[in-house]
Amino acid sequence: MARPGDLKVEDITVRFSGLTALDRISLAVEAGEVVGIIGPNGAGKTTLFNVICGFVRPESGQITYRGQPLLGLPTHRLIRLGIARTLQGLGLWPSLTVLENVVAGAARRPSFGAALFGGRSSMRMERQLVQEAGELLSELGIAQAASAYPRSLPYGVQKRVSIARALMARPSLLLLDEPASGLSQREVSELAQLVAGVRQTAALAIVDHNVDLVTEVSDRVVVLNFGRVIASGTPQEIRADPNVAEAYLGEPAVAQGDSGDA
Amino acid sequence: MHTLLVLIIEGLVQGAIYAALALALVLIWRATKVINFAQGAMAMVTTYVALFVIQLGLSYWAAFAIALAFGFLLGAVVERVLVRPVESASPFNVVILTLGLYLFLEAVVPMIFGGSIRSFPPAFAITGIEVGKVQVPLSGFDLFTFGSVLVVVLLLAALFQRTNLGLRMRASAFSPEVARLLGIRVGRMLTTGWALAAVLGALAGILIAPTLLLQPTYMDEVFIFGFTGAIVGGLDSPWGSVVGGLLMGLVLTFVGYVSPDLETLAGLAILTAILMVRPQGLFSGHRERRV
Repeated sequence: MARPGDLKVEDITVRFSGLTALDRISLAVEAGEVVGIIGPNGAGKTTLFNVICGFVRPESGQITYRGQPLLGLPTHRLIRLGIARTLQGLGLWPSLTVLENVVAGAARRPSFGAALFGGRSSMRMERQLVQEAGELLSELGIAQAASAYPRSLPYGVQKRVSIARALMARPSLLLLDEPASGLSQREVSELAQLVAGVRQTAALAIVDHNVDLVTEVSDRVVVLNFGRVIASGTPQEIRADPNVAEAYLGEPAVAQGDSGDA
Repeated sequence: MHTLLVLIIEGLVQGAIYAALALALVLIWRATKVINFAQGAMAMVTTYVALFVIQLGLSYWAAFAIALAFGFLLGAVVERVLVRPVESASPFNVVILTLGLYLFLEAVVPMIFGGSIRSFPPAFAITGIEVGKVQVPLSGFDLFTFGSVLVVVLLLAALFQRTNLGLRMRASAFSPEVARLLGIRVGRMLTTGWALAAVLGALAGILIAPTLLLQPTYMDEVFIFGFTGAIVGGLDSPWGSVVGGLLMGLVLTFVGYVSPDLETLAGLAILTAILMVRPQGLFSGHRERRV
């Protein structure tokens, strides 16, 4: 248990014009660990990711990654620290092919000036990136989609593309935002396998409504409700926790598995 | 028949200039969803810089290169210093800002360079080339105008479609948030976009200056024609804007043949008609999404 903490979130409070979205949230994701974050709609799960990524500024609190403070850091710096994230809306570029989408995820890129003036080394690096992206697509079992445009693909495949794009940066921490939403039962179990593969190289934090998925793939589960951590522990402990059942049963909207957290 | 040929050639050459300006507007529109109303005025500034360089005794080519380089710098500075601080507000603020910049540049240039009408030299002879003993209605400068726009457009297409920088610029334009998560410095991409757009503008400005003569307002009409070309092309389609610009050149040349007074009027009429009947442009649809 005493491994050095990777991501540490401490006492984060976020208020949106009077409404407290996150109330002194603390949690940690340690190296190599998979942490699931569940909770009813509006519990603050996505807001938490948004704070980590610098999209939302918290009123108070602290976030560190490998000891380095994250708050106030511009979003584009995260990838260099090893943090990648997928979005609920996927955000795949419709005018780029799957391969181009994935290449765009590379953190190691030809330098700005070199690319502008088309140096030879930047060309070589680009070829290498394309090759890497192709390999990643094969690993995720979607190599045949490489030259397709995202909108022509089934939603489950698009989700894999967005994960491939995030992995292109070779993150040490991957934040998955609602990876199971909109997936069929079979696709969800494929996703569980994918997570098991990814965790060989990166720690994961997964926000999702799908309690079955989260408890299956996570080492630890944190339950949020109304911006507070109401429970945290191993999947077995969480399943047995009466507070968790109450939070879910008291919120019928959850059963519909909709997206769109605050 | 001969007249028709002359008009088509002239139309395409004029159209190439409008196309360059239209493409500049589209580049910025795609990246920031604003029309840069100062695009023409910025091109006017760079052409004055070119004239200044020529009057220093340097060659046309030195002036040409310096004008384009100055355009790149000017575009970058405008984005970084003026546009960036208001970027997070509504796009309207940026539009008003570019209108303000337009007025500012047209007011400040006569203070520095004088407001009188100046002639500007062409790169090559403007008389028709002789093939054997026949003079064809195509001058060396026509060829240069059309050719240089073509080269710059193709270079830009290669940049956007074949390089990682282009990929990152397209990525930033489509979804700044995702681009940031992927480690792309979206701000820098925007600066580059504005800089490249201003290079296109500078090219248009320097190419049309010999025909129009140089004065602080000489790009106003060109801007409107280029803008109309961009609208005809659908505003978010680079290829559409090039085609739109060429079409504008052809149509306006034919109108100008009937009566030169009608040219500006026709340009405005086309702009109004397109905005009323088909505001998404003639070439909007699925095709341009791939560019």
